[in-house]
Amino acid sequence: MTVISDAWTYLTTASNWTGEGGMLQLMGQQLLLTVTALLIAMLIGLPVALWLGHLGRGGVLAINVSNIGRAVPTFALLALLVVADWPGTRGFGPYGRAGLATIIALTLFALPPIITAANVAIREVSPSVRQAADGMGMTGWQKFWRVELPIAASLVMSGVRLALVQVWATATIAALVAGPGLGRVITDGFYRTNYGKGIAGAVVVAAVALVLEGLAALAQRRLDPVPREPSPKRHRGMSATRPMVAEEIDAVGH
Amino acid sequence: MTLLATVATAADAPSCYSRLTNEWFCAQYLHDRQDQLVDATVEHIQITLIAIVVSVLIAFPLALLARRLPRLEAGILGLSTAVYTIPSLALLPLLVPFTDLSRTTVVIGLALYALTILVRSVLEGLRSVPEEVRESATGLGYGTTRRLFRIELPLALPVMMAGLRVATVSTVALTTIGTIVSYGGLGNLISDGVQTNFRAELMAASIICVLLAVVLDLLIVGAQWVLTPWTRGVSTP
Repeated sequence: MTVISDAWTYLTTASNWTGEGGMLQLMGQQLLLTVTALLIAMLIGLPVALWLGHLGRGGVLAINVSNIGRAVPTFALLALLVVADWPGTRGFGPYGRAGLATIIALTLFALPPIITAANVAIREVSPSVRQAADGMGMTGWQKFWRVELPIAASLVMSGVRLALVQVWATATIAALVAGPGLGRVITDGFYRTNYGKGIAGAVVVAAVALVLEGLAALAQRRLDPVPREPSPKRHRGMSATRPMVAEEIDAVGH
Repeated sequence: MTLLATVATAADAPSCYSRLTNEWFCAQYLHDRQDQLVDATVEHIQITLIAIVVSVLIAFPLALLARRLPRLEAGILGLSTAVYTIPSLALLPLLVPFTDLSRTTVVIGLALYALTILVRSVLEGLRSVPEEVRESATGLGYGTTRRLFRIELPLALPVMMAGLRVATVSTVALTTIGTIVSYGGLGNLISDGVQTNFRAELMAASIICVLLAVVLDLLIVGAQWVLTPWTRGVSTP
């Protein structure tokens, strides 16, 4: 149990937080990585998923993308990118060693939740609402922009929120390939049998993850135009017709 | 001298995984390091399966309890979201003070993640049983326990199996992270592959890992097909 007091000592020593390679710098680096990858994934994923959803398609795409994302270990993908000739371990601006490889891997892993949630959200807008929009003489674009998107916004955001947490988690794994971010504190601690340090790093990473999740949940609630009541029991007919798993838990390995 | 030595090794073993060529795909490597690959795969499967079995055994009673006590349900679901939020590379070190650097650490960590998925899907599955069916069962004189095992669980099976598939496939992938405490199955090979820039090893371990996930997924689909004869013919995705 001495490791716990070691970890506490590490956490309460100011010099471990400040300066070059300090935890604050690493945390900033990892947040930057997370935000960058999330934005890129949104730019790529959202238009495709939303448009396919508007056309009432994309179900197969959404399922396959999330299945593949789940089966491919993040660590393996990162490792392959780092050992390959390109992008390899080359640094990328403020993103540190193997920055490019990390951003690519993070973007790929942010795509499945974003695509799946956005696509399902638009497709599940009730047909009667669509018909009403058609009846009012709305064009396809108007219908998408003024009816479907506002109704789906909250669900779309839940995908982004899931992706955010997932990207943060994956960014930690970058340290296993000597990449950037806070995970380095954990791997350093473990590879040099300084377990106190490793555990201190883990505490910080986990705490930030919980804070991010909390903030994202708050943002999602703010964005929701119609606050939802606790969902009433839905009748789904015989359960044998369609296996369902709540979209939220559809997280990919991190 | 060093040059000579390198040339010599390359000459008498012109393998595709020598330092000079370092190819991604290499049959020679698969053959030469067969034992290593098999050991890692076996360890990977063991860790994954133990974690899944443990979490299934815990998830069932937990979900049944949560269904009985709605107040507990919110707590359990909230806690499981919190656990899922914690990155795996952070969760495993947090367990180390209690379980040391051992296989147990990895199994507990993975079981926790799987548990968060399974508890939800068991609850979701039981909820998917139509109220009318439940009432008919009660009307036919089924007691609570008998109704649960004879009526509700079989009907909830497709939804629960979907959850089991998600949990199993993610667990296979997550096991690789166990390498941080040196029990990562194929993850150890991936880690070694990165550190020594060994492409054949890295590629082989990654592919086996994905194949393992696919095979286990298919096995569960097969088990579901056998266990739910009444769904055949109905369009199930």
